[in-house]
Amino acid sequence: MSEPLASAGTASTPADPAGDDLVRLENLVKYFPVRAGGLVRRTVGQVQAVDDVSLSIPRGQTLGLVGETGSGKSTLARCVAGLIPVTSGRVIFDGRDITNLSRGAMRPIRREVQMIFQDPYSSLNPRRRVGAIIGDPFAIHKTATGGERKRQVQELMERVGLNPEHYNRFPAEFSGGQRQRIGVARALALRPKLIICDEPVSALDVSIQAQVLNLLSDLQRDYGLTYLFIAHDLEVVRHVSDSVAVMYLGRIGESGPRDPVYTSPRHPYTAALLSAAPAADPDTAAARQRIVLTGDVPSPIDPPSGCRFHPRCPKAEAVCGQQEPQLEAKAGDVATHLVACHFPVQAGENLAAAGRSEPT
Amino acid sequence: MALLEVTDLTVSFPTADGVVRAVRGVSFGVEAGRTLGIVGESGSGKTVLTQTLLALTPGANVSGRAVFDGTDLLQLTEAQMREIRGARIAVIFQDPLTSLHPLYKVGWQIAEMIQAHDKSMSKKQAHDRAVELLGHVGIPRPERRVDDYPHQFSGGMRQRAMIAMALSLSPSMIIADEPTTALDATVQAQIIDLLLRLQQESNTALIMITHDLGVVADIADDVMVMYAGRAAEKAAKREVFYAPHHPYTKGLLESIPSSSAAGGRLKPIPGSPPSLINLPSGCKFHPRCGYVLDRCLTEEPVLRPVSQEGGHSSACWLPLQAAGLGEQAEELRAETVREGRGEAAAEVFEAETAEAVGPEGSVAG
Repeated sequence: MSEPLASAGTASTPADPAGDDLVRLENLVKYFPVRAGGLVRRTVGQVQAVDDVSLSIPRGQTLGLVGETGSGKSTLARCVAGLIPVTSGRVIFDGRDITNLSRGAMRPIRREVQMIFQDPYSSLNPRRRVGAIIGDPFAIHKTATGGERKRQVQELMERVGLNPEHYNRFPAEFSGGQRQRIGVARALALRPKLIICDEPVSALDVSIQAQVLNLLSDLQRDYGLTYLFIAHDLEVVRHVSDSVAVMYLGRIGESGPRDPVYTSPRHPYTAALLSAAPAADPDTAAARQRIVLTGDVPSPIDPPSGCRFHPRCPKAEAVCGQQEPQLEAKAGDVATHLVACHFPVQAGENLAAAGRSEPT
Repeated sequence: MALLEVTDLTVSFPTADGVVRAVRGVSFGVEAGRTLGIVGESGSGKTVLTQTLLALTPGANVSGRAVFDGTDLLQLTEAQMREIRGARIAVIFQDPLTSLHPLYKVGWQIAEMIQAHDKSMSKKQAHDRAVELLGHVGIPRPERRVDDYPHQFSGGMRQRAMIAMALSLSPSMIIADEPTTALDATVQAQIIDLLLRLQQESNTALIMITHDLGVVADIADDVMVMYAGRAAEKAAKREVFYAPHHPYTKGLLESIPSSSAAGGRLKPIPGSPPSLINLPSGCKFHPRCGYVLDRCLTEEPVLRPVSQEGGHSSACWLPLQAAGLGEQAEELRAETVREGRGEAAAEVFEAETAEAVGPEGSVAG
């Protein structure tokens, strides 16, 4: 389970064998208690947001995390960033165990792990000037003051494609794409090693989305950044990622280097997601056989037994409801292409026919 | 005669900051049984356009004609409009959570809609019809779910309920405004399948408003691309995707990440859409366009036919042959730009670009 994802493609990896992975998650679990009752609050259940997830991200690379609403991908990101305590398991960052560190011990690490959020409208304080927003990290970590801070902020603004003269403007004076650039500049301020991008382009128009994606890739190249990139848009994830992990109801269903996961998905859920993604090409759209999954994602408070995907899976058999499949490499796949499925999809298999029926 | 024929529709809103010119002279038609996809970015006027058709834009100055089945929608009184809105033309909005009343049961809301338009229906009949409709749009165990509140439905089920409501009076046209944008990919696929199935069953005309070219590629027969309140390009789906003439359409298609170029650089459209209060001179796309001619700075092009194929028309000064994504079209475009841009105009263009575009091709203002 804890086998790391190897690098995909041609991106170079540092020779240092011990520090190959910047981030490693080992059997990470995050449950949120569900409480009920009046005066005495009792725990009546657990939201199993992240359940036994092991992943790693090699230095300087991008791991794309895919999943639908409620799959636990944002919770996972918050655990990595140390924003919420984890229930069990370990988060290893840059060779150090940073699981549930105290606030004081976490502080120097926070400089190295930054986040970019989805909504550039709600993640910037509307009453503060852009210069102050981007300068916050310098103030909080006391790394630069006065004129030096302003100079550094303006340098950052220029780097992300904003006009440095707009230092004193308010967020409302910027468009959505520019606001996202402000968020990027803020994340970049302390020269972090890891940037967690939580749906960074979902709120943007297509033409603007491409601008921000190009910016992120330039910054990665120039500063050797490592990205944990969360998105529900599969084409965007394919574009930016070296490796990909697919989450469903708190678990990893499939993970591996980008190309094998996209071209020969082994988990029926991955196959369904890929077949459902809209393609901006009429011929592709017409030729494609969409695997329409029945029903909705079940509640993570009471997830299905065995394989969590089995109630919606077109290939499910009795064993799927009883026995949880292990995340492992299947015969014929590269060793880093892992799937948790009893009946992995075979090449050329047509799942569309099986999954066609509408719920009644 | 198309079911809906819109001619020269213009909509503007007076505001304290100036007049917002949301829609500027748009014409299009929709036939029964066909789907028109209206594509555009935020602020392109696509939503205002369709809301105006149903008199949902109070305070707007509206001119033009919108003839639906022989009646000009823009001339109707509020009472007459109420007969049509919901009954003959139904609307499905983007966010099903805010379009359903949280305090009323889903079934009640559908039944109320039916009774409001058909007074002869008893409460029981309307309720039964609601159950039938919910079943029809794929809600499991509709006889039980009909008494649920909206919060007990998932996002996909709420959108199904909205579709059930839209279908309840057998409309001849449905306007769907970003109906799948708030939904996950697998649920989006379910909803698109459902809409297509229902349309085939009842020969409904569908107007699909979206910013997602993938949805359009899936569902539309004809496509209208809007930019800054105008139709930039109009054609049958295949023409728009495979032989785009307007540089904006081309730019949109090229800025989408595609599997063929994974990991490489994307080709975004520089800058951002203009303010509708303070529109640029000439062609409204010229500050972001890579093929600007002299006349683009001063004269706004009107839609003109590009080819017979699929009723293709485009509002761009580039020669008609300069359509498509191939090299030949690209050469023709480049050559036209070389010839069509004088020294003076080039300077104006550079100055404007420097003003509008910040360092590294991004916008700064």
